Amino acid sequence: MNSLKLSGRHLLRIADLSTDEIMGLINTAERFLEISEREIKKVPTLRGKTVVNLFFEPSTRTRTSFEIAGKRLSADVINISVQASSVSKGETFKDTVLNIAAMRPDVIVVRHSSPGAALYASQIAGCSVINGGDGAHAHPTQALLDLMTIHMHKKRFENLKVSIVGDILHSRVARSDINALSRLKADITLCAPPTLLPKRSEVFGARVTHSIEEAVADADVIMMLRIQQERMAQGLFPSLREYAEYFCLTPKVMEKAKKDVIIMHPGPINRGVEISAEVADGPYSLILYQVTHGVAMRMAALYLLCVGEG
Amino acid sequence: MSGILIKGGRLIDPASGIDGLMDILMEEGKIAAIEPNIEAKGARVIDAKGLIVAPGFIDLHVHFREPGHEYKETIETGARAAVAGGFASVCCMANTQPANDNGTVTSLIVEKARKAALARVYPVGAVSKNLDGQELAEIGEMKKAGAVALSDDGRCVLNPRLVRSAMEYGSMFGLTVVEHCEDSSAKGGAINEGEVSARFGIKGMPATAEDSIAVRNIVISEYISLPVHIAHISTKGAVEAVRAAKAKGIKVTCEVTPHHFTLTEKELENFDPDFKMSPPLRAEDDVRAVKEGLKDGTIDCIATDHAPHAAWEKEMEIDKAPFGVVGLETALGLSLKLVEEGVISLTGMISLLTNRPARIFNLPGGSLKKGAPADIAVFDQEREWKVEPDEFFSKGKNSPFRGWTLKGKNLLTIVGGRVVFNPEKL
Ligand SMILES: [Zn+2]
Repeated sequence: MNSLKLSGRHLLRIADLSTDEIMGLINTAERFLEISEREIKKVPTLRGKTVVNLFFEPSTRTRTSFEIAGKRLSADVINISVQASSVSKGETFKDTVLNIAAMRPDVIVVRHSSPGAALYASQIAGCSVINGGDGAHAHPTQALLDLMTIHMHKKRFENLKVSIVGDILHSRVARSDINALSRLKADITLCAPPTLLPKRSEVFGARVTHSIEEAVADADVIMMLRIQQERMAQGLFPSLREYAEYFCLTPKVMEKAKKDVIIMHPGPINRGVEISAEVADGPYSLILYQVTHGVAMRMAALYLLCVGEG
Repeated sequence: MSGILIKGGRLIDPASGIDGLMDILMEEGKIAAIEPNIEAKGARVIDAKGLIVAPGFIDLHVHFREPGHEYKETIETGARAAVAGGFASVCCMANTQPANDNGTVTSLIVEKARKAALARVYPVGAVSKNLDGQELAEIGEMKKAGAVALSDDGRCVLNPRLVRSAMEYGSMFGLTVVEHCEDSSAKGGAINEGEVSARFGIKGMPATAEDSIAVRNIVISEYISLPVHIAHISTKGAVEAVRAAKAKGIKVTCEVTPHHFTLTEKELENFDPDFKMSPPLRAEDDVRAVKEGLKDGTIDCIATDHAPHAAWEKEMEIDKAPFGVVGLETALGLSLKLVEEGVISLTGMISLLTNRPARIFNLPGGSLKKGAPADIAVFDQEREWKVEPDEFFSKGKNSPFRGWTLKGKNLLTIVGGRVVFNPEKL
C-alpha cells in the first residue's frame, strides 16, 4: 500500500485511479468500518481540516454520508446547498467555487447536475476536490463503496458476473461502476430497455440484454438502478407499471438467480418499480450495508486525500 | 488614388483559371490588369515574392453580435478579425438582439460596416420574425436594405411549410434560404451523440437531427425547384444526401467549417466548452465523409460559423455554456492543412474560399478578373505560427485551436482597392 499516493490529489472519476489505488481505497475503508461500530465514533485524524460539501443539486444521502464521514474523522464539515441561492441570482459555478475555495477548505465535495462540473472545480479550486456526483458522468465514491461491498462478500472481482439493471443512460453510478469493474476484469452485463441505454453502449465492452431474467440468471452480483419518473415524460418508457412488468427485480425473477447472489442498489429505491419490497428487504439484499460502507469509504477518501498513507 | 501594384507573387484565381507568377494592378477599387510584368508609374508597389496572391476570401457564415451583444463582438471587431484572416467579405447571421428581421436592423448593420470600412459585411436576413419560426420576416424590406440571403441560423426552421414559404417568397428577391439543420431530437444536447456522450454521460445530439432536416430541405428544394443552402454540414448522412441530390440536379449547396473538417467529438473528453458548438464535433466517420465531400465537390465552400462569446460565458458547465467557436483568424491555416493532407489542391482550397461561395449568394468579388472588385488576400503558405487567441483581433477568444501551430498566414488584405490589413508593412 506504499504505492498509495492520493494526498493532495482529487477524486473525480474512477478512470483517474490505478487498480492499486482502487484496492488501496477499499482496504482503507474496510479498516475504517470499525470506527463506526465504536461507542465513541470519532478519531482525531482530520482535526483542523475543513471539508465543504458544495451541493448544487439536492441529495440528502450523499451529503449526509460525507458529513458523517468527515465528522467521524474530526474534520470541520460545512454543508452548502446552492440550488436556489446564488446560482439563480446569476453567480456562475466558477464564481461560487472560487468563493468557497477562497475560504481555504482542504477538501471540497462537489455535487452537480452537469457532467464535468467536478473536474472544472478541481481546475480552479486550489484544494482537493471530490466528485460527489456530476450529472450522468461519474460518482466515484459510490462506485468505490459498491466495490467495497462486493469485495467483502465475494473476495474477488476477476470473472465475477455483475449485472447492472435499469436506467444506464442517465446513471453516473452505472458509468463509474462499469469503469471500475471492467478495470478489475469483472464480467459485466447491462440490462435495460433500448431507450435507457446510451447509443454506442458497446463502448462499455459489456454484454447487453433487454431481459431481466437473462441478466439475473448466472449473475454473482445484481446492481439495480433507480428509475426516475421524469424519463416517462421524455418518452423513454410508457409507464412505471409497464417498466416494472419487464424490469422489476421480483421474487419470481429471483427464482432464476444463483443461491449466493448479492443484490445492490445505490438508493433511494422505488419499491415495486425497479425492485420489489420482498427482494429489497430479502436475504440477498445488501442495500443497507452499502449505506454503512458509504460512510467508511468516504472516510477513506477524505483521509487519503488529506493525509495520505502512514 | 493612383493604384496598387502587387508584384512577384504566385497569383491564383480559380474563377479565371490563373495560377502563375503574375503582377496585379488595381485602380479605382477594381482589378485593372494581370500580367507577368506590370510597370505602373505612381502606383504603390507591394512585393509579394514567395507569397500567394488570391481573391479576398468570402465567408458565408459569421456571427457579429451587433446589435445587442457588443461585448462579444461588434461589427468593427468582427470585420477586423475577418480581414486579419484574409476575408474581404463576410455574411453575418441574423441572430442579433434584436434579430435582423426587418429593414431597420439590416440598415444598421450595413451602416456600421460602412463606418468600420474593413471587410464587406453582408447581412443575412432572418427567415422568421424574431427567429421564432412562426411568421415570415419582412424579407423585401431587408433585401432593400442590403440582405443577401435568409436564415434563422442558430435555430432551425422546424416548420416545413415556413421554410418552403421563405424559399418561395425569397426567390422573388433572389435570396437563398440558409438552413441550420437540426431537428428537435438534438434539443438539450451539448455534444455529438456517440462514443463520448455514452462514456462521459453528456447529453448527445444525434447526427440524425441534422440528416433529417437536410433531407427535408432537399425534397422541398426539389419540389419547388428553388435553391437551398445547408449551413455547416457535419454528418456523413447529410453529405451523402447532398451528393445524391446534386446528382439529381437539385439546387442544393452546402458549406463546412474548419472545425468540422479538423476535429472530432474526442476533443470533448475534458468537457471543455471551447469545443462546444452546434452542430457539434462529430465522429471520425463524419469527418472522413466531410473531407470526401470537399474532395469530390459535394461541399461547395468553407465557412467559419465564427461565433464569438465572452470568456466568462464559456467558463461554464459543458451543458450550460453557449454553443459556438471563433474561426475567422484560423480558417486559412486549417484549410491549408487539407491541402497538405492531399484532400484538396491549393487552387481547390482557394476556390472553396472565393468564387464558389460568391456564386451561392451571388456576391461580387471572389475573382480577380479585370473589372472585378479589388479584393485581395496575400498569404504566406509556409509561415508557421502559434494560435494565441489572446492576440486575436476578434473579441472572442473561444477557439478550439488554442496553442496549435498552424502553417500558413494571411499577411495582407485589400478590400475595394484599400489596404485594410498589412501588419508587416509589405
Ligand atoms: Zn448554425
